[in-house]
Amino acid sequence: MSATHIQLDAQGRLLHFLTIEGLTHRHLTDILDTAESLRGVAERRVKKLPTLHGKTVVNLFFEASTRTRTTFELAAKRLSADVLNLNIATSSAVKGESLLDTLHNIEAMQCDMFVMRHSQSGAAEFMARHVKPHIAVLNAGDGCHAHPTQAMLDVFTIRRHKPDFPSLQIAIVGDILHSRVARSLIHALNILGAGNIRVIAPRTLLPAQVENLGVQVFHRLPEGLRDVDVVVMLRLQRERMEGALLPSEQEFFQQYGLTEERLALAKPDAIVMHPGPINRGVEIDSRVADGPRSVILEQVTNGIAVRMAIMSITLGHHARLTGEDA
Amino acid sequence: MRMVIQGGRVIDPAHQTDSIADLFIADGQVAGLGQPPGGFIPEQVIDAHKHIVCPGLIDLCARLREPGQEHKATIASETRAAAAGGITTLVCPPDTDPVIDEPAVVEWIRRRAKFAGQARVLTLGALTHRLRGEHLTEMAALQEVGCAGVSDGGHPIASSRVLRRALEYATTFGLTVFLTPLDPELGNGLAHEGQVATRMGLPGIPVAAETGMIARDLELIRDLGVRVHFGRLSSSRAVELIARAQAEGLPVTADVAVHHLHLTEMDLTHFDSRCHVRPPLRGLRDQAVLRAGLASGVLTALCSDHQPHEPDAKQAPFGDTEPGISGLDTLLGLSLRLVRDGVLSLPALIERLTWGPARILGLDCGHLGVGARADICVFNPETDWRVEPGILNSQGQNTPFLDWELQGRVTYTLLEGHIVYEGEG
Repeated sequence: MSATHIQLDAQGRLLHFLTIEGLTHRHLTDILDTAESLRGVAERRVKKLPTLHGKTVVNLFFEASTRTRTTFELAAKRLSADVLNLNIATSSAVKGESLLDTLHNIEAMQCDMFVMRHSQSGAAEFMARHVKPHIAVLNAGDGCHAHPTQAMLDVFTIRRHKPDFPSLQIAIVGDILHSRVARSLIHALNILGAGNIRVIAPRTLLPAQVENLGVQVFHRLPEGLRDVDVVVMLRLQRERMEGALLPSEQEFFQQYGLTEERLALAKPDAIVMHPGPINRGVEIDSRVADGPRSVILEQVTNGIAVRMAIMSITLGHHARLTGEDA
Repeated sequence: MRMVIQGGRVIDPAHQTDSIADLFIADGQVAGLGQPPGGFIPEQVIDAHKHIVCPGLIDLCARLREPGQEHKATIASETRAAAAGGITTLVCPPDTDPVIDEPAVVEWIRRRAKFAGQARVLTLGALTHRLRGEHLTEMAALQEVGCAGVSDGGHPIASSRVLRRALEYATTFGLTVFLTPLDPELGNGLAHEGQVATRMGLPGIPVAAETGMIARDLELIRDLGVRVHFGRLSSSRAVELIARAQAEGLPVTADVAVHHLHLTEMDLTHFDSRCHVRPPLRGLRDQAVLRAGLASGVLTALCSDHQPHEPDAKQAPFGDTEPGISGLDTLLGLSLRLVRDGVLSLPALIERLTWGPARILGLDCGHLGVGARADICVFNPETDWRVEPGILNSQGQNTPFLDWELQGRVTYTLLEGHIVYEGEG
């Protein structure tokens, strides 16, 4: 993707946050540095900044979510925005209204930012193409395409533990095929110059020509985990058994589940990550998930600061665009 | 009505004609080429200097959306667009609503087309009732009312048993069978399985979804000797399979949609729903082999695969949009671009748009022999035009070729000797 991507203005500044692909090292470090400076807000007595005072943020979730929606909500509130939560599960009642109609209706409520999750790849980009110019769109997950704020909180967490990306070996394990988290994280790690990015999965859970994303492919967990600094486990959806992609959860756990024994193959100080929600005993053993190497809950906490950073950066550029004082 | 088309470069591939000559028309038929028939006094003279004069184009796959989806387009609107595009014969696949699976629907379409009077509309009957792949249609009755063949209508038959019986039954009556090879299960995706779909997180359609079906179908054809035409190939391996089958002497032909010769999976970047088509746009190598297949004659026809849509059908996230491109208006211009790109010569290209599809249909049309129906296209190959919003004559404005500079504009389209379109050229 070129610099003319819809999420950037002519000067290359972020107007929306739709995908990591096509962003620069500078974009990413700006977000990480801003998030770092915002991280302290939660430790204050009054956990608020006035950055988005008077702005309205709409959480538009066409797919169920707890963690992502809640941390977006907290992030917006800590920036003093008004928040509207719309959970539009894909029920038949909703099907009558097109996405564009939904968009125009919410636009009519004079909002400033949409945080959107949708089951179709490209849905956030579609929204961004159709919203009025003063509105920023943040992608909270579109189909199997992208989940860029998750990727940013993941690299933020990695950077806090292991700041030297070129020296890092990182393994992403599990259902890469359906994972928007994996795609966005791979892009982010490549942009930050990570030394070696590995994906570990059976053939049925890897998309075609995945190596072209800039990763090394492993089919066996023990080989793939050897000497890595970071292990990212992905959630395995139960539907995958019905789609004839896997025989059973048991076999998946036996082959690809992260146990203490297998984690021992990684570097002694390796950290374990998971975007959540975790399936204990399917992709990860409880002793690992709750163990000393796990940074899974830290990821959740970091999600708030990272989302605050992305919100203030994108809306800041919009304010400049519309001549307002940010 | 007697008419002479004067001074044009007449290209009639069926008779290996390519020369500057006058073409004489009388009573809706070609009356002579070069020398006027005895005592011929024209009532009308068309000046065709610096123009190409060729048989009217024959488009093997055009959805007119009527009956059933008149909000997308109508027979009247689309035959008008065809006439403006130099197309005189359209073949309508059976996936209308109701499906073309009984004579009444065929008659109805014929009446509507005749009333519109802009282009000849041929129909393909369904192979199975409601295209469900279960019960055979009354193919003999469909043939009697004029169906040009029978087809799966874009709904490939999953059951090999039903397909074999349908092929056997069709061959009883000498019907040509038109198949669109794409495995319904394996082909249940949104984009070519490859690096672009992987990046975009779109479910992939592997090449094997196409070639697996063709391989199965070819084995059935080998046993039965039925004439089969494969429509809209998308992959290099499919072209290779067809070439091999033809070399073995199997009675098979194939075509390609012109957009597959100009676009690839790369055009899907940014989730451009106008490039959402089935079969999907594939890689550069596929495009190159399809182009070579058209040049060598493995692919005997080039079609528009016209699928007009209302704007809403394309205004949604990629996976929620309907597949298809509105192609009648750009068929000639995009085809002529292949000549400019050095893919094939102008006479060879005209052959793939006229005599090639006519032979597949087994009809006496697509040529300019004396006594042939005077379905004629006159165009200026030098005229540049730009595909702009609202410029399409089709009711469907869904084209990914917006802002493309095309060469070649139709000045006259004649249907049985009558001028159905006159443009500025």
